[in-house]
This record gives sequence, C-alpha cells and structure tokens, in this order.
Amino acid sequence: MADSDIKAMTAQIPGVDFEETSFTNPVSLNEATVAIVTSAALHHPDDEEFTMLDIGYRVLESSKHDYVLRHWSPNFDPTGFALDINTVFPIDRLQELADQNVIGKVAEQHLSYAGNQFDLSSIQLDSGPSGAQFLKDQGVDVVLLTPV
Amino acid sequence: MSTLAHIFEAAGMATIVFGSIKEQVESTAPPRALCCDFPLGRPLGEPQNPEFQHRVLESAFQLLEAEEPTIKEYDVSIPDTADEVLACPLPPRHDPDLHPALDEVRGLRPAYDRAIEKYGNRIGMGRTVDLENLEEAIAALIKITEGTPWKEAGIPGFPSRVSQDIRGYYETAALELSENAPKAWAGTRWFFKNTEAGKLLMSARQTMADSGANQPIWFYMAPGDS
Repeated sequence: MADSDIKAMTAQIPGVDFEETSFTNPVSLNEATVAIVTSAALHHPDDEEFTMLDIGYRVLESSKHDYVLRHWSPNFDPTGFALDINTVFPIDRLQELADQNVIGKVAEQHLSYAGNQFDLSSIQLDSGPSGAQFLKDQGVDVVLLTPV
Repeated sequence: MSTLAHIFEAAGMATIVFGSIKEQVESTAPPRALCCDFPLGRPLGEPQNPEFQHRVLESAFQLLEAEEPTIKEYDVSIPDTADEVLACPLPPRHDPDLHPALDEVRGLRPAYDRAIEKYGNRIGMGRTVDLENLEEAIAALIKITEGTPWKEAGIPGFPSRVSQDIRGYYETAALELSENAPKAWAGTRWFFKNTEAGKLLMSARQTMADSGANQPIWFYMAPGDS
C-alpha cells in the first residue's frame, strides 16, 4: 500500500488526445477572479451524492467549508482533506491572496467533478462545457484544477 | 483534470492543473500544469501548513506568465516511504464474547465522535453506512468470511462504498487517537494492517475474489495495490 505503486498503476491510463491546445492569455493576476475546479468529488451534504459514473458537477460555495469528500476511488489518502480542506480545496489560501491583492478576487462559486471516470467523452461534450459556461458567466478569469 | 483544463481554456479562462501523476499530465498535455510529487489526495502538499500551500500556489500562478503551453515540475517532493504506519492506540477488548472487529468498532466510538466534533464529517461515514448500521456492515463482512455468499450476507450497500465508510470511520477516529497529524497513507495502512476491522475487510475481499465475484465488486474495497 504505497503511493508510488498506486501512481505506477495509473500512470499509463491514456488521456484524451487534443489535437490543439487552447491557450487563453490571462488578465493580470491582481485583477483576476479565481475559481477552483476539483475532481475530488466534493459536495455539500445537502447536495446530491455522486453516483459511480456521475459525469455531472456540484457547485461549491466560497462561503461554506462543510464539504464531504465522496470520491469512488479508494486510491488516495483522505486524511489530508480531513485535517484541512485547503489540502484539496485551497479556498482559505485564495482568500488570503485576495486580501493581499495578489489576486483580484475569489469566485463565489466553484465546481466539483468526480474524477473516477473511464469514459471522458460525456464530460468532454456535456458537463465540461456546461461547467465552463457556468464559471464564465460569473466572470471567472483563472481556474485552478485540483485532483485527489 | 487535464481534460477539463482544455475545455475551460477553450471557453476563455486561463487554467492551471495541479498534477500528482506526471505521466498522466503529459499524456493529455493541458495548457498549464504544475506537477507536484505529493501523495495522492494531497494536491497542495501539506495539510495545516499555510506557508507550504502558499508556496505551491505561488509557483502555480507563475505559470500564468508563460506565453505558450507549459508543464513545470514543482521543486519540492513529499515522498511516501510506504513504511509509515500511524502510531495509534487501539481500544482494549471490552466484550470477549463479541467478534474482535465489532468490539473494536464500539471501542473507537468516543474517538470518532470527538474527531467529528473537531473536524466535521469530511471523510467519515454517510455513503451507505452510518452509525446506525455500522455494526450491521461489520456483521455482514464476518458472514462473508464465514462462507455466506456476499449477496446473501446483508451487506448494506455497494461493497466498495461500505468499505469506504468503515475506513472513513477508522481514519476519522485516528485523527483523535494519534498524537501527530497522520502522514499520507499512514492512517490507511494502520486501518488495513493493524485493526481488526481492516483485517476483516481484507479477508472478506479475498473471500469474494476467491468465490468468483465480479472483479469490480471486490477490487475497489481497498486500494488497488493491496
């Protein structure tokens, strides 16, 4: 039961092959609205659980901290998140950077997906673009993507 | 993560992927990625260490200065030596007439409650098993190891979720039993190797595998290299 063994097991899982890499030139960081998108299957206890092959997303509010980690994979250490949600969802760190004017502001809403997916086509065609539009509509400029 | 980065970037937002498995990141080649050799489950590195987390974030935000797609390796690693097991006292046997795992589950309840009070229920139970049916879940695992087919043992939900709930109960309780914050995987190894419930779960998993249960049913009851 070792981190290196788990990483070796999953390292060769093929990713999606994008013919072109989109590239957006960001606004100045101190003017940027920053959001977090995590694949850790976090959600609020009042929100719907992620099902096993759930390709949807849940909205995470900046104002809340009582999130549960409900990823279907057993292949990660959960205690870091148990001790400190910032280990996965660095919401307090971003707020500190906003308070110091390093970043413009923290988005009020963030997104959580369940990363334990084998078929990424539905995310690519459906919930990915939908989530992107959701954040874009909020004026998000920069997105940090965190796994578990 | 990297797939989403491509999609979000195409929508006009600048993205930064925190990658824990470098080969996976390179395979999908997102616009910007910071590969951090941190344990899986800890993408910002060290819990309860804001300075460390800020250094990681600072390095990530520096990628926004790049004028083309960039994958960068963070210069600090947190290796997992695979031998760190939580130093965590287990409750003494209270009722010798009970199966050791059931006795242990009852003995850990005060520590679990204290941990929930302190940290909240972030990784504990609630998928399919909660405090109300925890003993029922343990009893089902006992039945499986004693030869009852798993579908007839009364396991209260999908086996991998039941396993995650029991593991969550123990790893949450361990936060209060250990003197120090657990290193990555130390609580998981403690649960599966040192506790009666962990050993029971692994035994039930093996019994299910040996009896021909479909591989996804039993495999995900424990980390994949178990």
